[in-house]
Amino acid sequence: MSFLEISGLHKHYGPVAALAGVDLSVVSGSRTAIVGPSGCGKTTLLRLIAGFEAPDQGRITLDGEVLAKDGSAVPAHRRGIGVVAQDGALFPHLTIGDNIGFGMGRGEDKRAERIAELAYIVGLDKAILKRRPHQLSGGQQQRVALARAMAMKPRLMLLDEPFSALDTGLRASMRKAVAELLEAAGITTILVTHDQAEALSFASQVAVMRDGKFSQVGTPRELYLKPKDRMIAEFLGDAIILPAKISGGFAYSPLGRIAVDTSDSRDVVRIMLRPEQIALKRTSREGMSGTPDMLFGEVTESEFAGSMCTVAVRLLNSADPPDAAAIGNTPLILRKSGMDAPAVGEIVRLTVSGTAHVFA
Amino acid sequence: MFPTAIAVLQLLPLDGTGTASDLMQSAADLARSGLPVGTGRRARRRAAPWLVIAALFVSLLALLPLAFIIWTAVQTGWETVSALVFRPRVGELLVNTVLLVLLAVPIAVVLSVALAWLTERSDLPGARLWAWLCVAPLAIPAFVHSYAWITMVPRLHGLGAGVLVSVIAYFPFLYLPVSAALRRLDPALEDAAAALGLGPWRVFWRVVLPQLRLAICGGSLLVGLHLLAEYGLYVFIRFDTFTTAIVDQFQSTFNGPAANMLAGVLVSCCFVLLGLEVLVRGEERYARVGSGAARHQQRAPLGRATIPCLALLVATTLLALGVPFVTIGGWLAAGGTAVWRFDEIGLALGQTLFLALAGALLATVAAMPMAWISIRAPGPLQRLLEGCTYIVGSLPGVVIALALVTITVRIAMPLYQTLFTILVAYALMFLPRALVSLRASIAQAPVELERAASSLGRPPLQALWSTTIRLSAPGAAAGMALVALGIMNELTATQMLAPNGTRTLAMAFWSYSGEIDYASAAPYAFIMVAMSLPLTWLLYVQSKRMAGR
Repeated sequence: MSFLEISGLHKHYGPVAALAGVDLSVVSGSRTAIVGPSGCGKTTLLRLIAGFEAPDQGRITLDGEVLAKDGSAVPAHRRGIGVVAQDGALFPHLTIGDNIGFGMGRGEDKRAERIAELAYIVGLDKAILKRRPHQLSGGQQQRVALARAMAMKPRLMLLDEPFSALDTGLRASMRKAVAELLEAAGITTILVTHDQAEALSFASQVAVMRDGKFSQVGTPRELYLKPKDRMIAEFLGDAIILPAKISGGFAYSPLGRIAVDTSDSRDVVRIMLRPEQIALKRTSREGMSGTPDMLFGEVTESEFAGSMCTVAVRLLNSADPPDAAAIGNTPLILRKSGMDAPAVGEIVRLTVSGTAHVFA
Repeated sequence: MFPTAIAVLQLLPLDGTGTASDLMQSAADLARSGLPVGTGRRARRRAAPWLVIAALFVSLLALLPLAFIIWTAVQTGWETVSALVFRPRVGELLVNTVLLVLLAVPIAVVLSVALAWLTERSDLPGARLWAWLCVAPLAIPAFVHSYAWITMVPRLHGLGAGVLVSVIAYFPFLYLPVSAALRRLDPALEDAAAALGLGPWRVFWRVVLPQLRLAICGGSLLVGLHLLAEYGLYVFIRFDTFTTAIVDQFQSTFNGPAANMLAGVLVSCCFVLLGLEVLVRGEERYARVGSGAARHQQRAPLGRATIPCLALLVATTLLALGVPFVTIGGWLAAGGTAVWRFDEIGLALGQTLFLALAGALLATVAAMPMAWISIRAPGPLQRLLEGCTYIVGSLPGVVIALALVTITVRIAMPLYQTLFTILVAYALMFLPRALVSLRASIAQAPVELERAASSLGRPPLQALWSTTIRLSAPGAAAGMALVALGIMNELTATQMLAPNGTRTLAMAFWSYSGEIDYASAAPYAFIMVAMSLPLTWLLYVQSKRMAGR
């Protein structure tokens, strides 16, 4: 059952179209991530859902209630939608406790207890409640903002790049904590981010946005392994794109015969592999003899960066070339574990695992 | 950090006194946050001893008027002091002054917040023009406002008139900081409050207004201090305050103990205001929390309220600008060419410009050592010294003048009513203005630039010249302009201290209007306004730019 339903949403700022027809449906209790490069309109979409602005055209319904339709909109304060902004947007003139209790009535029953409970839920120490926002670290501020938004028991929670201001280490742990918290509370959540890894790990549904439209919506796995086009593929992670000929469930490419996710037959297509599908095994020039469909390459560059190592491999033989020259001179860029990465000049044998994705 | 310095710049008065405690507070902030001031210990270098001595000397000089008040009180003896202070006349003056402040300041606060919100946050047609028109009354000296009103409504007098004209003359001091604070307010906070279920009015009360507290406090203090210090405005409408009484007393008995004791009470009033402001302002910090770019603010649609809102702005503009312009224009038309006595006007203009420029130069030079030390080598002593100059800068001109009169007459008679004394008085009165501008501009020239110049082969003095001095020159010039403007429209201290035969524009205006020759006074009023307008424009533009527009 779809909880939030968005259809045909348009929003213009002067001549600039920030949203050009957005459709989205979100299942109750799920987590959705909207990901896209900066300026793609994702924050505008969030602001329309929150009610900070009204759409020019289109409809937003939440749990059967129409929130916005063709220019008229329910104002933000009557929507009951929680928002956590990028920098928390804590009220600097109030203590942390008052910030968390801001959305509650002043004389509400057990206000103090509720505040303490919320602080506990988001993992804040009780002693912090008497402090001011500027005395808190970035991570703590985000927790307060989350507690404040949860205090009013929202039907829907909107997160606007809430982790982007945090350190890398903190970001991952905060993300996990927030995801678990909202899951436990059963709150439907929409996260807006420009960080693809964040989107893929956080959400059960990911929507990739570009130029005011969704270019693809699906599960993280689906988007990562079966992107609609090259731009989505490269936006969501490193991709190796190869020319190929497909027939009978296999692609014939410079990397040899690879299983593909379609049974079509076409002569000129592009297929995509994720670099982690290609394994390297050390060998030597002498060891290059073998069956003709074995694939060998020479390491031309190796850049050590701690846990990971970026390796450039130039193919020495190309198994099945429809367009061999194109790949022959372009080395494959692969990220490998830093521990056993081959050095420059070493000969490696390449093997491909899994299936390749064929672009339509 | 910069924003504090900027906020302070915007609180700067265009005429009269400087403001003390907010400047002190920001001085402390600047030193504490330490961004351009110097990154931790690295930038804290020892100041040259002669710089420290110069700064020390300036601050001690600045403390002279305060020392004088205490000294005369001790000299006079308790019996006489209590006889002079605890008498019905002082009580009357106190009631007048307190009522004036209690009525005028809150009215000005409400008016300024309303105007600032309308011009900054609503979709009022012509908002930018209205914003400028709300600042423009600053270009008209307070006593010219009063002159215009008394011409328009000759029967105007007493408390009501005092409150009316004071609000009209001084509300821009509140409008400027409040509108700047509104502009800088992070719209994400209002969004957050709306998302938490607050309607527009409650968002304003619970989120926007508390954020304006600092600006309102600073602006109110400034207006309050001006009300205490103003002389000409209240003479026109026959409303007695401490300042008018001191000048009266001075004119009849010279620097007798009566005048001095009144000055003592006036200074106490100033301290009460300063203390109140510190209490009300509190310790909170209102800066933006978190990082990331602030989003652009949305303007609220006024809808049907547009017409009444426009009416408020039209009414304010008519009262604050229309009345003075119509009256000055009327008198000029009535006087014809006869009132333009160019020899006399030329002389007054020349003298005014000379005094203004010389005073501005002296104030800026006097402020330089302290400004440099406070940025490049901050420490507790420096902060204390700086605080002293701000407090003295907030004293009414009449007190400073009275002190200098007494001191020169008793100790250094040859200096009495000389150019030297009047320039010292100007420097003391306007030191905070020069100091704030200089400090802000030096702070914008980080010491790293100086070092970079040195590492590129410039010898120390050349490095200083090609970086810090170059970069701070515009700020210093702006400070000088502000001081010059203050001096140009100064009346009380000039009358008491200037050498015999001095006749500035303000003095000429005053003496003509004192003889009820309002037509002859009009050209002087016109010139003063005309010369102040460009500077007011500058201030307006600067406040816009600093808020990032």
